[in-house]
Amino acid sequence: MKEQILSVGIDIGTTTTQLVFSQLTLENTASLISVPRIEIIDKEVIFRSDIHFTPLRSKHEIDDNEIRDLILKDYSYAGITPDQVQTGAAIITGEAAKKKNAESVLVALSGLAGEFVVATAGPTLEGIIAGKGAGACQESKKRGATIVNLDIGGGTTNIAVFRNGELIDTACLDIGGRLIRFNNNQGGVSYIADKLRNLTRSMNLTVTENQTLGQGLIEKVANRMASILEEVLGLSEVSSELDMMLTDHDLKRDYHIDYVSFSGGVADCIENTKNGEDFRFGDIGVALGRAIALSKIPQQLKVLQAVETIRATVVGAGSHTTGISGSTISVSPGVLPMKNIPVLKLSMEDESLPLVQWGEAILRKVQWFNLDGEKQNLALAFCGQANLGFNEVKILAQEIIKGMQGVLCKTCPLVVVIEIDLAKVMGQTLRSQLGDKKDVICIDTIKVENGDYIDIGRELVDGNVVPIIVKTLVLNY
Amino acid sequence: MVDMENKIKQLIEDVLREMGQQKNNSLERVSPSLSSEEPLTDLTAENLREQLLVPSPANRDAYLKFKGSTASRIGIWHAGSRYLTKSLLRFRADHAIAQDAVFNNVSEKFIKEWGILEVKTKCTDKDQFLTRPDLGRQLDVENADLLKKNCLRNARVQIYVADGLSSTAVEKNAKDTYLALAQGLEGHGIKVGTPFFLRYARVPAMDAVSEILQPEVIVVLIGERPGLATAESMSCYMVYNASVGMPEARRTVVSNIHQGGVPGVEAGAHIADVVKQMLDQKASGLELKK
Repeated sequence: MKEQILSVGIDIGTTTTQLVFSQLTLENTASLISVPRIEIIDKEVIFRSDIHFTPLRSKHEIDDNEIRDLILKDYSYAGITPDQVQTGAAIITGEAAKKKNAESVLVALSGLAGEFVVATAGPTLEGIIAGKGAGACQESKKRGATIVNLDIGGGTTNIAVFRNGELIDTACLDIGGRLIRFNNNQGGVSYIADKLRNLTRSMNLTVTENQTLGQGLIEKVANRMASILEEVLGLSEVSSELDMMLTDHDLKRDYHIDYVSFSGGVADCIENTKNGEDFRFGDIGVALGRAIALSKIPQQLKVLQAVETIRATVVGAGSHTTGISGSTISVSPGVLPMKNIPVLKLSMEDESLPLVQWGEAILRKVQWFNLDGEKQNLALAFCGQANLGFNEVKILAQEIIKGMQGVLCKTCPLVVVIEIDLAKVMGQTLRSQLGDKKDVICIDTIKVENGDYIDIGRELVDGNVVPIIVKTLVLNY
Repeated sequence: MVDMENKIKQLIEDVLREMGQQKNNSLERVSPSLSSEEPLTDLTAENLREQLLVPSPANRDAYLKFKGSTASRIGIWHAGSRYLTKSLLRFRADHAIAQDAVFNNVSEKFIKEWGILEVKTKCTDKDQFLTRPDLGRQLDVENADLLKKNCLRNARVQIYVADGLSSTAVEKNAKDTYLALAQGLEGHGIKVGTPFFLRYARVPAMDAVSEILQPEVIVVLIGERPGLATAESMSCYMVYNASVGMPEARRTVVSNIHQGGVPGVEAGAHIADVVKQMLDQKASGLELKK
């Protein structure tokens, strides 16, 4: 019994805007005589759009009408209508995320793309999505290795580190192929980003717009950009400029790296470093690619070919952001999908309390959230103990009801997310104690952390599972 | 001559005395540890999925991930061509647990504390139960009457518990599974019959029970034949409108109910939905459409 769902990925980057459609195949992999275990057994990209330039209205604004047209054209070209799309993600990345109308463009777009297409942004998430699209996550699991993926785009380099299939570190730097742009084949500068201007200043160079950079100077700047990447990976001694180029936090550099992989537009320039094509894209990307190819990175680390390069982020958004819940869950009919539910996760200390004290612990934490508005919801998450007997499940349900009063008095459903396999009995018990007056969504086998947002899609495979998108905005250290 | 004899006698006596003393000494030296109160380590306490005996694995994390995904005894290393003593002892300990699960009886205390009726099949004891599968499928008139007298008849759903081949599985999982299942059915508005315990019972005894109590759906929670991975696994068999001699294909089963598989409470909640489907479709086993 297989079921296929259609997922869309949309990536609005500094330079390019892309779209893919992926087909995800779900199947019950448990034997006939077991409790079902539904898994995503296959992910296939069935449509790749052309790589469009991201349309801008001005330096500070994305042209939302133009983007809308691009997306609609791609849908009709693929022969797909938004109502056929069951899940997916639209992500705005790099410099594009800094435009002043970025958020409104994204929200409008996710609605246009399909009912359950989520809007996301944030450098941490970009790196993770690109790393998954590039295949670094899966490959690290397959090889039992630590793999660093560098997604080098037009505006930023997003780094994600995976070990044995788990994310262990991220960072984001203002290093990208289009941070310096040229208006002729002699190296006439038409644009230089502020951060890069500061970097060149630290090299005692002054680069301004309308100035002409010779081949030698272009190489010098590109080499410096590459050496910042060497520094962040721990291959060169850290300089004070590294800190300047990081957008949020540094890598921890306290682990051994087995492999490195490259994705993003610049990755293609690392492979193909033919001479005479330096101004093919009218930017420093080709030179940067060559500088990375000649840097310590491929010399000192084993390079793994990424399965996707320029399309890594969009494929990641289309194929790898959707997960599914455990296969024994409890969902009141007709309340899904739900988007952007903030997660309140109990700490390990809270969970080690006797069950009868959980209510108070939950109550204390709920107060941290300003639950204003009738529709403001909250998902209660906890790991859960194994070996719970039925009476303990009943006590736990009572405590959850006690602790979640602030949410229960509203019209929105009660959402509970459990890490261990317990959701069906917990949902039934909550419903039995609450009566018919409250909708309950209780799902399991999902790992979330405080600060995450969770989207829950409509039931699939006869109501046995729901698609889940966990949006990790902060990486917990 | 006599003198000589006496001397030899004396010598032998001395030697014997010395030997005796030595014997006592050595006994004294041994006895403290024999009667010691030092607790024996529980060989089965360690979670095998977390036990990696390979001395210096290239990637411990990845190895443990493999181990975490299987109950098989991988990564147990070796001494020459043999198991390590630790692995061998563990293997035999697990085997002993499996045997105990088969040969022990579900305790009277367990039934009493739960407060449910106990009846039995035509088997008179465990040995007969294990050697005469046919008797483990039938009830005599006396036990049938007990059921008729004490249990609700023509219930929509009749649930009962049977020992089957693992008493341990029943004592560990049956009650929690039953309570979750009963709550789930109640949530669907389905009335449940009177639960009871059937001793020395094989799966098809449910057909006989169904003919006696005439429920729409009969559900039995029964101990599975134990293995080396676990001796605590329970199954749930369900039939719509069961009768003696019906095809086996009409049974629906949910197996692998135990802590390492599907926890009892969660399984009970799932089974409630399966029973609901059986009632809606008036079918079970292969006739039940998912």
